[in-house]
Amino acid sequence: MDLITTALPALSDAFAMILQPHVIGYLVLGVCMGLAIGVFPGLGGIAGLSLLLPFMFGMEPLTGLALMVGMVAVVPTSDTFASVLMGIPGSSASQATVLDGFPMAKKGKAARALSAAFASSLFGGLLGAAFLTFFILAARPIVLLFKTPELLMITIFGLSMVGILAGRVAIKGIVAACLGLLVGTIGEGASAGALRMSTYDMPYLADGLKLVIVGLGIFAIPEIIALLRQDKAISDRAQLGGGWLEGVKDWWANKWLSVRCSLIGVMVGVIPGLGGSVVDWIAYGHTVQSAKDKENFGKGDVRGVIGPESSNNAKEGGGLVPTLLFGIPGSGSMAIFISGIALLGTGSIEVGPSMLKNNLDFTYAIVWLLALANVVGTLICIAASGGIAKLTSIRFALLAPFLFMIISFAAFQSRQDLMDLVALFSIGLLGILMRRFDWSRPAFLIGFVLSDPAETYANQAVQIANSRFRKGFGEGLEYVFSPIVIILIIITVTSVVVGLRQAKNIMAEGEVKSGSKRAPLIFLLAVLGYIIAAYWNAQLIPDYSSADRVFPVFVGTIGIIGGVILFVQMMLKPETHALFSDREAQEADINIFGLWPTLAWFAGLLALTAMFGFIIALAVFLLGFMTYRAGKSPVFAGIYTAAGISFICGMAWLLNRDFPAGWLQTAVDLPWPLK
Amino acid sequence: MTISTTTRALAIGLTASLATGAYAGGHGIDLEGKTVEWIIPFSETGGSAKWANFYAPLLSEALPGTPTVVVKFMPGAGSTKGANFFQEQEYDDGTLIFGSSGSTQFPYLLGDPRVKYEYGDWNVVLASGTGGVAYLPPDLAGKMADGGVSAISGEDFIYGSQGATRLDLVPLLAWEMLGLNVEPVFGIKGRGDGRLMFERGEANIDYQTSSSFLSGVAPLVEAGTAVPWFSFGALDADGNIVRDPTFPDMPTFKEVCDMTDGCETSGTQWDAWKAFFVAGFPAQKMVFLPAGASNDAIVTYTAAFEEIKARADFAEISAKRLGVYPQMTGDEAQVALQSATAVPAEAKDFVVNWLGERYGVTLE
Repeated sequence: MDLITTALPALSDAFAMILQPHVIGYLVLGVCMGLAIGVFPGLGGIAGLSLLLPFMFGMEPLTGLALMVGMVAVVPTSDTFASVLMGIPGSSASQATVLDGFPMAKKGKAARALSAAFASSLFGGLLGAAFLTFFILAARPIVLLFKTPELLMITIFGLSMVGILAGRVAIKGIVAACLGLLVGTIGEGASAGALRMSTYDMPYLADGLKLVIVGLGIFAIPEIIALLRQDKAISDRAQLGGGWLEGVKDWWANKWLSVRCSLIGVMVGVIPGLGGSVVDWIAYGHTVQSAKDKENFGKGDVRGVIGPESSNNAKEGGGLVPTLLFGIPGSGSMAIFISGIALLGTGSIEVGPSMLKNNLDFTYAIVWLLALANVVGTLICIAASGGIAKLTSIRFALLAPFLFMIISFAAFQSRQDLMDLVALFSIGLLGILMRRFDWSRPAFLIGFVLSDPAETYANQAVQIANSRFRKGFGEGLEYVFSPIVIILIIITVTSVVVGLRQAKNIMAEGEVKSGSKRAPLIFLLAVLGYIIAAYWNAQLIPDYSSADRVFPVFVGTIGIIGGVILFVQMMLKPETHALFSDREAQEADINIFGLWPTLAWFAGLLALTAMFGFIIALAVFLLGFMTYRAGKSPVFAGIYTAAGISFICGMAWLLNRDFPAGWLQTAVDLPWPLK
Repeated sequence: MTISTTTRALAIGLTASLATGAYAGGHGIDLEGKTVEWIIPFSETGGSAKWANFYAPLLSEALPGTPTVVVKFMPGAGSTKGANFFQEQEYDDGTLIFGSSGSTQFPYLLGDPRVKYEYGDWNVVLASGTGGVAYLPPDLAGKMADGGVSAISGEDFIYGSQGATRLDLVPLLAWEMLGLNVEPVFGIKGRGDGRLMFERGEANIDYQTSSSFLSGVAPLVEAGTAVPWFSFGALDADGNIVRDPTFPDMPTFKEVCDMTDGCETSGTQWDAWKAFFVAGFPAQKMVFLPAGASNDAIVTYTAAFEEIKARADFAEISAKRLGVYPQMTGDEAQVALQSATAVPAEAKDFVVNWLGERYGVTLE
């Protein structure tokens, strides 16, 4: 093979292209913009790239690439801030970081967690680029080996991570995952267009729920509400741990873990069709499984930060393979990236199968721009982490309304519909209750994320396999049980067996005491009720759309069996058993405010928005919250409100977005931003 | 006649001669300092986004007063959400335009109950066409070269499809007319995924729109792993299907159908295919002003798009991004709109019936 002879000259060309002052300048500009956008939970590469697109037309290809790559590369770096400091997953790539990062912040080790995360991100990004430099030349045939059965097996492997994250009562974790899978099936089925748990009278549901809303609802809202009820700062003790240097040392002590998780990140990223939303969970699962002492996971173990953060930046590099070599975007931001590339220059860079042959130098330039952006982004983030970490010592009542404003805005970007906010609030309520009764939220989220790929790949694999079997039994077997599938089955089975054995020791969300029997039982019945309803609803799908029926019925059956087992256990076991975990009982002493009064504030924001539109509602909400809940002077509340409103308006103006409209807006024509 | 009316008449005459033929008589509107919102009823990641992102900066330069043109994405309910929204908008000052696509036209033609919009109310200012190419793996193409379509009619075909009611309706119906036994595998997210399925050897028949064919399949053809079969064709000025200008060497589906026993290029089935082909390809993407738009605004936008087409570099910059297809304005766009949104009742009934029988799709 003449890999080296073609690769080396192209590589040196690429470096000559990158290492020009103006290219670096645009890259840094892109990095700064990416950091600024990624910091806000729920906003990521898609929002940032849409902001850049109008400038891409006819731009010199290299500078345009530098700008876009700089932007995309650092979003998974900067969204770590929200994950660690606020317990809010900044984007789908940092969901798993929350599990250990946030407890560290609560213990006053925010700076340490952040710098460990950034060091891991940087390393992951660089390792990913180095790996890609060689792999990309051989990638095409390897990627093509991953057919539908292989993709299905990887999805199932991802689902098997539920085993590790299931919590103390494994069946609860499994039922939570089933619930997530079922929530993921809401809407039009992908195979035959049958409706599941929705009607065309509510078009919002027919499209299904979006990850950004479910992610924010299930993690962010419960944390915000919980912290607000305690009415103190996130970190209840003074900053300790010596700041950022400590975190870098932590990373160095776990460098091999970081290597392994980076490789996981690149490899999952390389496979088209899976996207990166599970890569952090797989990395987290691997981190836990490979650790000798596991009792600290979920309570602030730095390895739980290093693992997922090493993987998520590496994944961006891996994601370039399907994007550049096949023209198939691995994620939403990559799709915009492709359309941005098409606008550059005279459109001479054609993403797709000819990319390696015609534009190998540009391919390498993109790979190494990505790595360089990681370096620049990480340095900026580490420099800023000490200061930003101080946010954790601010009284939370002052942060919460601002956070609520941001996540509402982010959620609204998903469909630009008031229902976005309703969905956010409803999922948030589910998240609050799951947190309270110690049902594994990670298991739910993994189920939700993998619901669509699991169903689609399963249906497709069955269909194609049937066709192969019609041609010949041997051909069918060969298709279904390829060597890759068999290896994946072995890995998955091992991981499930080992995981379930260890799950009892791993409290991904900390320890929870048990309370009385009644409340956990009611919640179980509600969950079971939904699962039965979803099962029943799926059973009604007629035969000609059976492809949309099989999956929810299958998952529903498992969920119902699990739920009934739980119910029977609850009847038999004493109320001190872990089944009856109830955070209300545990946190009774530290909660100053009740759940419902706290929640009522946000329900109020929602109701006001439905009436007067978001901006007016927000003004009333911020003023009221600051005056009555936070107990600040009217002057302070006024300034806070003005600052908040101008911030959100500035952001919307920059991203060219509208706000949710209410009843008032249908009656009267108002100017932006009120419209 | 007073002096003022004379000057006015003169002014009108002047503007009329300056304005484009189709809508002579308008004053044009000035959009200086304004922001034009271009609603795309799809997400940021689709083909319509690519198309709008290509035109937006050019449109900004070409409109009087060089307003900012921003593309606003409003996905949902297979694009009917954004279209319904646009239907409710009243014409104000010409700062709101809408980009529709084949996926917006099909539910309208098929009588999808979610459709609350009416193409007849809107004012078309640009219609962009595209084409499509069907291709096969080399072994099957070889068999067919030897024995015609009947040599592969016994094959088990697998096709990665986005859904029978989408643009895929056109190729699915085409293959059925040729007597091929094609099983669509639903649930893919875009045509790119369909091509990947083909490349992995799981699907053994596929089609791509022209620009995707050029970027994604042409290299495979070069490498010998795919063989082009036919293009869907293009429309001439009289509405006849002719060879696609981007692929002049490829037979059209009509030619292939003519040569195949049992495939008729007349009758209800053919009319239905042609009607939906026209709605889905030669007039795939259109730009509209809302109902009640003033003649001035229509003239202004028409002129702007004509100015874009007249750019010296337009052929070069559009070829890669849009393919070599007509970008129609004025009367041409009107005709395109007509042919894309008016389907004979029998053709519609045939397709609705076929979708129900073949794929169990009911549009209720």
